[in-house]
Amino acid sequence: MTISPGDFDYISKLVVERSAIVLEPGKEYLVESRMRSLLQETHCPSIRELVQKMVREPNGDLKNKVVDAMTTNETSFFRDLHPFEAMKNVVIPDLLKKRESTRQLNLWCGASSRGQEPYSVAMMLLENFPQLTTWKVHYVASDISEKMLARCREGIYSQLEVNRGLPAPLLVKYFDHRATKWQIKDNIRKWVDFKQINLASHWPHLPRMDIVFMRNVLIYFDPPMKKIILGKIRQILKPDGYLFLGAAETTLNLDDAFQRMDIKQSGCYRLREGQAHPSREPASV
Amino acid sequence: MKALIIDDSRTIRQLLSRILHECGWEVVEAGHGQEALEVLAANSDCRLALVDWNMPVMNGLEFVRSVRGEDKHTDMRIMMVTTENDTSNIILALEAGANEYVMKPFNRDVIEKKIALLGLTAA
Repeated sequence: MTISPGDFDYISKLVVERSAIVLEPGKEYLVESRMRSLLQETHCPSIRELVQKMVREPNGDLKNKVVDAMTTNETSFFRDLHPFEAMKNVVIPDLLKKRESTRQLNLWCGASSRGQEPYSVAMMLLENFPQLTTWKVHYVASDISEKMLARCREGIYSQLEVNRGLPAPLLVKYFDHRATKWQIKDNIRKWVDFKQINLASHWPHLPRMDIVFMRNVLIYFDPPMKKIILGKIRQILKPDGYLFLGAAETTLNLDDAFQRMDIKQSGCYRLREGQAHPSREPASV
Repeated sequence: MKALIIDDSRTIRQLLSRILHECGWEVVEAGHGQEALEVLAANSDCRLALVDWNMPVMNGLEFVRSVRGEDKHTDMRIMMVTTENDTSNIILALEAGANEYVMKPFNRDVIEKKIALLGLTAA
């Protein structure tokens, strides 16, 4: 299966319009790979036919499916490990002390994908800081794709998915075995407030955050959009809050307000002094 | 670092062996638990054991209990690699002293990530 330059152009324009994710020339392989299962699902024999169908039915659901397929990324539980170690050993202990008077914590996981990332954070928190169950924790997890959010809310994973990166003690503690699948238990699912947010568009109201997990998302945007997104994060992050980016991502040359913390390969950032947004509780950003 | 692969299927041993070799491990093998105890006695520097559950002579769970019942090999991490996928069996293996659990089928990424969880190599 190969994609013609015209069809690649059509799909990359559709994806950038709807998600601001840039598919530069050279990413044809990625489109071909991501379209493979969609072709099966839609019974289209080729990408050519898929594109023609979108042209014929401009308001059909197929465009959403194509954007979903291009913006959904392979992930795993406890991906990269280091950020979770940093949360456990440094970030949460620090915030528990600083928020002792209010006993309130706001977290946002900005790219939920299939849910492994937000649920990994939730399990890490419950496992190591059980006192948080008596705190007021507002834990938002978002994704651009409603389809992925539905999957997240359901919290059902295949055996291969729970094999990838999930420690066995957490599997037996936080998942129910249902035939060939594993479902995350209700107490974790209900802890996470899944919302649809397109990072490249208007953001809904979000409270000032103590922690923003935005890992492996910025890499899909061009530099101007990365700057806009980091600027918006700056507005909602508390002055002493923490931002986590992916291992291959940086704020360098994009937003000088952030300073990388010296915690082993964690991709953890804080705002430099005096760089936090002044308003205490923005209505929306 | 050296790893011990215990599985009665030669195909699975070859597959795991290839994955571990590619990750820089030296590998020794056994076809069942009893043989594994003998291999282990001659290879006390094994840092990791990948253990199937259902095997002739001595099964994987009996092997884990036997190894954990001794004072030797206390630093060796044990990872079950098995088709047994009931929660009760996973708990049984962990309680017997296994450190991790992989349900077959698996791929290289699964094995690598689980080894990283055991702190034996970078993810």
